[in-house]
Amino acid sequence: MSEVKIGLEVHCQLTSLKTKLFCHCSSDYRGKPPNTLTCPTCLGIPGAMPAVNRRAVDVAVMVALALKCEVSPTTWFFRKNYFYPDLDKNFQISQYDRAGGVPIAVNGQITFTANKARKKVHIGRIHLEEDPGKLFYQGTIDTSPYTLIDYNRAGIPLLEIVTEPEFQKPAEARVFLQKIRSILEHLRVSDGTLEGSMRCDANISLQGGDRVEIKNISSFKDVERALGFEVMRQRDLLKKGMKPIMETRHWDEIKRVTLGLRVKEKEQDYRYFLEPDLVPLSISKEQIEKISRQMPELPDSRRERLMKEYGLPEYDGEVLTNDRALADFFEECTKIYNRPKAVSNWLMGDVLQCLYSLEVDIAESKITPQHLVEMLTLIDNGEISMKIAKKVLWDIVKTGKMPSAIVEEKGIRRITDDSMLNRFAEQVFKENPKAAEDAMTDEKAAHYLVGKMMALTQGRADPEKTNVVIKRKLEERRRH
Amino acid sequence: MEIKKLTATEIAEKVRNQELTAQECIEATFQRISQVDEKVRAYITLTKNQALEHARKIDQKARKGEKLGRLAGVPIAVKDNICTRGTRTTCASKMLENFTPPYDATVIRRINAEDCVIVGKTNMDEFAMGTSTETSHFNPTHNPWDLNRVPGGSSGGSAAAVSSGEATLALGSDTGGSIRCPASFVGVTGLKPTYGLVSRYGLIAYANSLEQIGPIAKTTQDCALLLNVIAGPDESDSTSLPQQPPNYTDSLATSLQGLRIGIPKETLGEGTDSNVENAVHNCSTKLEELGAKCQETTLPTLNYALAAYYLIAMSEASSNLARFDGMRYGYRIDDDDLDWSAVYSKSRREGFGPEVKRRIILGTYALSAGYYDRLFMKALKVVTLIRRDFDRAFKSFDALITPTMPIPAFKIGEKIDDLISLYMCDIDTVPVNLAGLPAISFPAGFSNGLPIGVQAIAPPLREDLTLKVAYAFEQNTDFGKKSPNL
Amino acid sequence: MKKHISKEQVEHVSWLARLELSEEEKKLYTQQFNDILEHFNKINELDTEKVPPTFHTANLINILRDDKVKPSLPIEEALSNAPKKKKGHFQAPRIL
Repeated sequence: MSEVKIGLEVHCQLTSLKTKLFCHCSSDYRGKPPNTLTCPTCLGIPGAMPAVNRRAVDVAVMVALALKCEVSPTTWFFRKNYFYPDLDKNFQISQYDRAGGVPIAVNGQITFTANKARKKVHIGRIHLEEDPGKLFYQGTIDTSPYTLIDYNRAGIPLLEIVTEPEFQKPAEARVFLQKIRSILEHLRVSDGTLEGSMRCDANISLQGGDRVEIKNISSFKDVERALGFEVMRQRDLLKKGMKPIMETRHWDEIKRVTLGLRVKEKEQDYRYFLEPDLVPLSISKEQIEKISRQMPELPDSRRERLMKEYGLPEYDGEVLTNDRALADFFEECTKIYNRPKAVSNWLMGDVLQCLYSLEVDIAESKITPQHLVEMLTLIDNGEISMKIAKKVLWDIVKTGKMPSAIVEEKGIRRITDDSMLNRFAEQVFKENPKAAEDAMTDEKAAHYLVGKMMALTQGRADPEKTNVVIKRKLEERRRH
Repeated sequence: MEIKKLTATEIAEKVRNQELTAQECIEATFQRISQVDEKVRAYITLTKNQALEHARKIDQKARKGEKLGRLAGVPIAVKDNICTRGTRTTCASKMLENFTPPYDATVIRRINAEDCVIVGKTNMDEFAMGTSTETSHFNPTHNPWDLNRVPGGSSGGSAAAVSSGEATLALGSDTGGSIRCPASFVGVTGLKPTYGLVSRYGLIAYANSLEQIGPIAKTTQDCALLLNVIAGPDESDSTSLPQQPPNYTDSLATSLQGLRIGIPKETLGEGTDSNVENAVHNCSTKLEELGAKCQETTLPTLNYALAAYYLIAMSEASSNLARFDGMRYGYRIDDDDLDWSAVYSKSRREGFGPEVKRRIILGTYALSAGYYDRLFMKALKVVTLIRRDFDRAFKSFDALITPTMPIPAFKIGEKIDDLISLYMCDIDTVPVNLAGLPAISFPAGFSNGLPIGVQAIAPPLREDLTLKVAYAFEQNTDFGKKSPNL
Repeated sequence: MKKHISKEQVEHVSWLARLELSEEEKKLYTQQFNDILEHFNKINELDTEKVPPTFHTANLINILRDDKVKPSLPIEEALSNAPKKKKGHFQAPRIL
């Protein structure tokens, strides 16, 4: 088993902040016409200067505490110097952990459950930095004769979270990212459903070899795919007796492969130095305590509470709290329905499966707690079977119609009326004379008849009652 | 009343009293400009229509009896690295030849609010990198005292405009002596404020941790008046000092009783012109007559300031000038068949002059892996030592005086190819920027008809001491009262 | 004279700075840089082992601003100096 080491660099937009990190422009850039949320500072106009958003610092400290990091008492901003069209100044104001630099927090950890095993991963550092602008192409990046730039996103506050290379399986990376997102959503500092609000670069090495960096991963699913592909690619090389070289590879989400750059990249040198237009940040113990006291409920605490209040097993607690919207959904359901375990089972099972296939988050889908509770009530009342309910669920998520309406529309209400069942039974017996004959002595044939009845009624016949009706009919026959 | 001979203080008072109209002042200034700027070439852009329009509005306000500002009707020249909305701001570079900022620098908003009238943007060394205004992309500026000589730099245009009567006040910027040097070479007064006293928002950056915008004028009182208007906290500049500054015109007095003045021996002797040295000695004699006590002192680390200055300034500049790539503004080559990296490299190659290119490359080198510690970080440590030297000196002295420049104005073209010789001219001015101190240059003598300036340096936020020394000397001598024969 | 910087280093650094140089410029600058760096070498005479670097000129800390939205530039002004623009975007050359 090749020793796989994966590390992640996660970039999280602090979407709850109203303005950018270093200027007063609105941070609500999605869907806005290009270059309408810019100012001299975020356009890099000569003479303009940055000014730090104080809420960004508070939020960064809060996230650091949630990730159990040590908050640095003094921290400052550095310039990372490189050229690229998406940069407004051809340097990024960021933080650094060498050459005298100190990031806002270091040495944290997160524990999560992947493949039913608890895993702890250490956070090396977290720091604040600004997002660059966005590039657009005519066609693809390969063929576009020019590049269009929109600086609306330039200057959006980012928190970069860097882990130690302690992941051993791609699936672990995916679960970890879900947990980070859940933490940020529980803290109400970042909305993970917003496109591009969380991005990730990964680095991976096998058997202690050179590290390969993978960039351009845009979704959590892609993280697992990209890492999975890369592990395979490197294993293949090693089997052939070759060594994977240290390089940066890009994830192509359409072809689902990582691609090495065609031209050897000249050695980049970011020439980090202290940002001279900003002054140091000093974070006092009092400030840390205040932020700590005002912190909202975190996923781990919520998990404990759900287990206690609703008698859920740890597994359920973990899955539900891994997505704030899911946990919120669960708690809303329990306010109007008193079988929490049933809710949990449906959420963790069919609901999540349905959402996953349709590639939609619970927050974005059409299903609400009212929908689920009504459906569960219909099951409880025997009006629909479990099997039917699973199909109804798909319709709910796709259309947002209430289950009772769907059931009416499709006429799939469970048949429990005795006279109706009798008529169906008559039909079954008529259409299957041999089985009817055999059923008087053969158990198997009796089941066959039950099956035929279910088919005839498209699964709507109440199974228990069907059994009873068939048995009665057979009894009648025997007496004659 | 010859407007050319009035100080800013006098003009503002007369315009407020309606003894003079703003229009008269501005028209007289433009007449003077048309007479002499062909020879001096202090200006890159003249804003005659806007200036007259502005003047008319001020006169209208005056007639209505509305309150006028502290600089009412005063014509001011602004160095072309300070952003003026709607008026091109070039930094004397081909790179920004057609750049029109969409915003005003904070200092511009402040002078506008006091009814000061901008008559034009002045020539400078390209991106403020130089000591002679010879690296300007357009043309050099000529010293009004001798048109074959440099006016100093990098705020050469601003200082020359004041000296030749083409403006009553000027704004310059000083990174390593760029206000004080030209002030000294053309015989006017120029002050570099304490780091952080004046907002840098809107100053196109050369070296952020060293530079300040400051006043240039014929008299100390005028410098103090302009400083009153531009100084003070600005929330757009995170490095601007938060406290409200004092009133600088209040600090002008003619007695220097009890003032202890030190003269660092490192700024005299070898490398300093004998006439310059004499001017310093004569100055100290005069200051003693006025009640001060002058004494030689030593600040040994001053000899290392030049190297530290250039390493830091070039490093910061290499990063500050990276933004000039022709995408959002600035010069851009016409070739579209190239990729972005090639277009950047070629546009920057054509847009920047040689001195700018040299400093960008050396600065990049000083910050690069393997050299960062040896060069950039080492320079930052030397700064600590220089500051300690000044701190120690200011325990025994209230102020220090030195020559502003080791030599008087040299001929145009004389030093442009001798880089080291040119850099060495900054030797007396750069330590002040490294330590963030206030310093003023005032006229203190002549060398074969060329002005010589003396520099007074004070502890942080003690502009009042520099103004006091300059004022007392000015009121008791007539070096500052002389004007070039133009 | 001691060589502080080679022509290859000048080439590499000019690439880092995206500043194309001609052959003559490379030669001239390499020579000039060595002169300059020789002069700057003077600072190595000072013992700075126990000396902390001065990172900031003024002793300010925690200069922060409120998270309050202010109007952005109108798009015409944002694009007003762009040498090349298209459909409200700044136009840059191709990436590859």
